[in-house]
Amino acid sequence: MSGSLLFEAIVFLAGAIICVSIAKRLGLSSVIGYLLAGVLIGPYVFGFIGEEGEDILHFAEFGVVVMLFLIGLEIEPKNFWNMRKSILGMGGIQVALTVGLTYVFFVFLGYEWQVALAIGMAVALSSTAIALQTIKEKGLMNTTFGSSSFSILLFQDIIVIFMIGALPLLSNSSEHTSNEASHSTSSLIESLPIGLQTLAIILSVVVIVLAGRFVVIPMLRKVAKTGVRELLIAAAFLIVFGISYLMEFVGLSPALGAFLGGVVLSTSEFKHELESTLEPFKNLLLGLFFMAVGASINFVVIANSPLTIGGILLAIVAIKALVLFITGRIFKLKLDQNVLLTFSLAQVGEFAFVLLSFAFQLNILEQEQMDMMLVITAVSMSLTPILAVINERLILPKVGTKESIKRPMDHIAKSQKVILVGFGHFGSTVGRFLRSHGVEATILDFDSNRVDFLRKMGFEVYYGDATREDLLESAGIAEAKLLICATNKVSVAKAISKIIKEKYPHVEMLVRTKNRYDAYELLNLDVTNIYRETLDTSLALASDALNKLGFRKYTLNRQVQNFIKYDEASLRRLASEPKREEDYVFMARKEIEQQEKLLEDDFKRGIVAYDNHWDSEHIRKQLEKSSEA
Amino acid sequence: MKKVLILFAHPKFEKSRVNATLIDRLKDKAHVTFHDLYEHYPNFHINVQQEQELLLQHDIVIWHHPLYWYSSPAILKQWKDLVLEFNWAYGPHGKVLKNKTVFNVITTGGSREVYCTEGYNTYTINEFLRPFEQTATLCGMNYFPPFAVMGTHHLSDVDLLNYANKYEQLIDLLQGDFNATQLSNCSFLNDLEILNA
Repeated sequence: MSGSLLFEAIVFLAGAIICVSIAKRLGLSSVIGYLLAGVLIGPYVFGFIGEEGEDILHFAEFGVVVMLFLIGLEIEPKNFWNMRKSILGMGGIQVALTVGLTYVFFVFLGYEWQVALAIGMAVALSSTAIALQTIKEKGLMNTTFGSSSFSILLFQDIIVIFMIGALPLLSNSSEHTSNEASHSTSSLIESLPIGLQTLAIILSVVVIVLAGRFVVIPMLRKVAKTGVRELLIAAAFLIVFGISYLMEFVGLSPALGAFLGGVVLSTSEFKHELESTLEPFKNLLLGLFFMAVGASINFVVIANSPLTIGGILLAIVAIKALVLFITGRIFKLKLDQNVLLTFSLAQVGEFAFVLLSFAFQLNILEQEQMDMMLVITAVSMSLTPILAVINERLILPKVGTKESIKRPMDHIAKSQKVILVGFGHFGSTVGRFLRSHGVEATILDFDSNRVDFLRKMGFEVYYGDATREDLLESAGIAEAKLLICATNKVSVAKAISKIIKEKYPHVEMLVRTKNRYDAYELLNLDVTNIYRETLDTSLALASDALNKLGFRKYTLNRQVQNFIKYDEASLRRLASEPKREEDYVFMARKEIEQQEKLLEDDFKRGIVAYDNHWDSEHIRKQLEKSSEA
Repeated sequence: MKKVLILFAHPKFEKSRVNATLIDRLKDKAHVTFHDLYEHYPNFHINVQQEQELLLQHDIVIWHHPLYWYSSPAILKQWKDLVLEFNWAYGPHGKVLKNKTVFNVITTGGSREVYCTEGYNTYTINEFLRPFEQTATLCGMNYFPPFAVMGTHHLSDVDLLNYANKYEQLIDLLQGDFNATQLSNCSFLNDLEILNA
């Protein structure tokens, strides 16, 4: 049934759209939807996708790489360093215990020790793709559960390199030579002696860090200066592809490399922009990955020995869960957080596919053993979201309150309560004044030169187009109290006001506008906090001019306030008048007509009520009047 | 020669015939500083340091203002609130204003007769000015009775000019060797025998 690339694309996309929307409607994770779609389009149900499923799996692993890059972006080096204890501690304990217990279990079942050890290593690794996708989808990344999961998964990403290096040592030397040719070309590291391997690893990490600082960031600045949006998307992918290629060339995990790349770029001004550019692609690629996993479940193998496979599957998941629970206990996780951790990492992950097929190449595993373990891996991955549902609905409600609302500031850059869009002359004044009151706004700006300069001055400024919803989201609009729009482009303010009105009605908006026409448009969108940039300044100048002509400052000051009040009222009145936009062929004519209207109004209503306060002459005249009467 | 600081507070000076006349000849007088509070601080944002320096540079301080609702216009209260700081003007270490002279120069629409138990204002001017008196006392200053221009609504130009002359004479008198015992029987500086001779 496999046909053209177009047909495959249609099958995957249609499957994803149908199954994921059903899953979402049922309140389930999108991962379940993708897996189900994979099973349906796979060789055993509809058979749209056959042998090529494995190629797709390989291609779709790129989604995992992009995801780790994005996670890296959110973790600044400082925070990464702070996490070192939990990465080494939790990860180390989890991997060591799981390998040990699985090894004992398989030896007990009568497997050879090499086989048991290889399987143990494969089983110890959990699925970064599934676990992190679910955690992020539920917004739990900032909880202790989220960061613990992340630490463990990161450690696994690192340790897998050594596992791949160690596997050949398990195979018999005679058989080893027979496969020598097949994998000597596969990577640089395996062809090196152990000492040099370590050196190569360190070297490639250094290369990533240096390249990030001195090649990638300057490149991004150049790209940003061109102002062509799609170039930035291209640049983002170039970075991820480049790192992956380097990593595969050296023989390291591309995901790990991408993560490091992300960490390096996390302190740059492009953080938010890269995030929002890659986010949609990541989700699609991950979806593809989950579908490929679903399609690769071999139902024939299951049908042959359902009990054995079911038993081993249960045992493995139980071992993993037990180890995770113990690890959580050692690191003093609260019970509910620990239960979440236990369930979300209990599956066998995508690295198992790699390790198992490599072990097969090395003749450590036999065909049947590999098939069985591949099936167990795929099924255990599919079970994760189901286990999560069971946990959420049946277990968690019984083990105490959720800690998910608590957001420790250590891991992810803190979300501020104020978002400031535009950091030009106007915005910087606003930002400086807020800052002088200890209010640090999250600043978004579109001019990369300025962003760079202001960052040097110690401001927290990010680079990006603020009219994009996903960018506002990564800037933390969901938690924001205020959004200050300090650009002079009314289109930006209008676009943001629509997003806020639709999705974040709790956010109050304060907008700078260039003139009354822009103000009219915003008023008609129900934006009420409008600050015309010319109003106060021009009146300050006018009142100083009058003072130099002999008018007294205090009286002028009162009249300025009166004038502003009057002008605001007329602004709001004129905004609600019907517009005859098509009549204004030229902007200039429109402006003249508006000015005419304003001046007429000034005459009709009187600019300001005559200020009689404290006027003794006025009192005297009234006294005279009353004595005459 | 003693230095005089006139702290002037009128929110609508440009409309006050009486004060324009009173101030006119004092503006450029030697050793007299005319300080127009509403013109300096239209936003009420008083420069405390500068005001304190002015006080230190002078021997005699005059609170010159119309009487509004039995007190001063708002900015003069603001001035007192901000400038007369604890441990500067008063308090255990607040001694810098000690022995300086201070008094009010006021203009009122009502005549002197309405400011008494029988009049519609019930109390005398001196009673209404108690907060000023006590402010001065707490700062260790010598508080003199007020110089008052009253019944301004019905004041003829000739009478007004007389007041202006008397105000200037008073300042001349205080700048010289003035003996405070002359005040013993006066409720108003206007009543000083020497000015009415």
